[in-house]
Amino acid sequence: MIFDFFAKLTGSEILASIISALLPLFLFILPFALIAVLLERKVSAHMQDRLGPMRVGYHGLLQTIADILKLIQKEDIVADSNDKTLFNIAPLLVFAGSYAAFAAIPFTSSYIGSNINLGLFFIIGISGIVVIGILMAGWASNNKYTLLGAMRCVAQMISFEIPTLMVVVTILMVTGTLNLNELTEIQSGFFWNWMIFGGAVPGIAKILLIPFMIIAFGVIYISTLAEVNRTPFDIPEAESELVSGYHTEYSGMKFAMFYLAEYANMFAVSAIVVILFFGGYQSPVGYLGNSIGLHWLIPIEQLFWFTFKGVGFVLLQMWLRWTLPRLRVDQLMAVCWKYLIPIAFVNLLIVGLITLI
Amino acid sequence: MLTEFGKIFVFILVAIFFVAVSVFVAKLLRPHRPTHEKQLTYECGEDIIGSPWVQFNIRFYVVALIFLIFDVEIVLLIPWAYVYKSFGIGGFLVGAIFLILLGLGMAYEWRKGDLEWSRPPLPKLKVDKEKVSQIAKS
Repeated sequence: MIFDFFAKLTGSEILASIISALLPLFLFILPFALIAVLLERKVSAHMQDRLGPMRVGYHGLLQTIADILKLIQKEDIVADSNDKTLFNIAPLLVFAGSYAAFAAIPFTSSYIGSNINLGLFFIIGISGIVVIGILMAGWASNNKYTLLGAMRCVAQMISFEIPTLMVVVTILMVTGTLNLNELTEIQSGFFWNWMIFGGAVPGIAKILLIPFMIIAFGVIYISTLAEVNRTPFDIPEAESELVSGYHTEYSGMKFAMFYLAEYANMFAVSAIVVILFFGGYQSPVGYLGNSIGLHWLIPIEQLFWFTFKGVGFVLLQMWLRWTLPRLRVDQLMAVCWKYLIPIAFVNLLIVGLITLI
Repeated sequence: MLTEFGKIFVFILVAIFFVAVSVFVAKLLRPHRPTHEKQLTYECGEDIIGSPWVQFNIRFYVVALIFLIFDVEIVLLIPWAYVYKSFGIGGFLVGAIFLILLGLGMAYEWRKGDLEWSRPPLPKLKVDKEKVSQIAKS
């Protein structure tokens, strides 16, 4: 474990925990956001037969760095009628909430921020702080667009939390654990041990579980997509009607923090889907490190597979963004309350019956 | 001794620290030249008309209430989902009855039209006008 290594090196647990809390931020989220922002623009450009950013660096590779330099120099405008305290706290809460979710995500078998038993439950609970932050931002801005965006966003995020939680309970019924590290270990071996293929459940129950696991995956993928406000569920920041939703009033570095939190969230929900249904950091075909006898290679391979699967789902989100039109508010609520929740509900009962076999 | 939740606390502190430092660094670099126009909130460049802090659509409140019911339900279900297997079919039925009761509640809300975003008008009551006038006379 990386935490133990740093604890030995520095001789202090608190110092080690600070280092291990800094690792995902600087080694993962910031590089990921740098690449994903560029990737988003490039992918969307190429899907529409455009070129996208081309000027900064080779094929626009340094575009995000130029963006950051620009954002740092931007004037931070706080309007007179804003509620200044809440206005300044909001980006803090949004980023803290989305970063705390990474504490329970295992990146490899040797790195997890905090190995708690209720990991998944904690992630869903802490994402409630993001909701508070968004409502705070929308309210404190004292602007009609931001308030509308924030209200829509909160209604959407809390509604779609219910199908997500129902799928989480379904998984809990099959595996009997919410600890994300254990959940990944259960799915070790080859790809047919992944939860989407019924997990490592013995006997006929595994085959019976497969269709219901695919339904559960569909439900959680749609609802997590809605929880991070991606198209087709992006009415909170619908550019064509609400300018840019709850962060219309923000500029400079505070805006950058909202942006960073959004990309961190995109990866976090993809990581949750990957851990629940696609084996987390487990390799689908066994490890190179095992077959050639280099055991230090295994965590690196695991990190590669985790990133590979996670970024794959992020790319799928980008693809969906340029494929589907935006839903209306009433359609959005109908998708959640009339389709996803009843489906997840029946699915939960059936899976419960199957696990008793 | 640092517990696992202590490590989560460190994560949150690191996030807060990161935001504070990057906003502070930007503060050292950025210009600060406020003008009257910049100090107004954005409303497509026009002068602001009225306050945004007004009464809101009641549907947001109803959605929050329904969410609360389901959220509490799932918090109750998680301990059950941990242990029901050790009680066999009986253990499953206890949870299933609870879930079906909630499903009935949801069906009721659906029937009443509370799941629609724009709520349909309530059905008109059938009033026997003669009877009403008789009662009014007496």
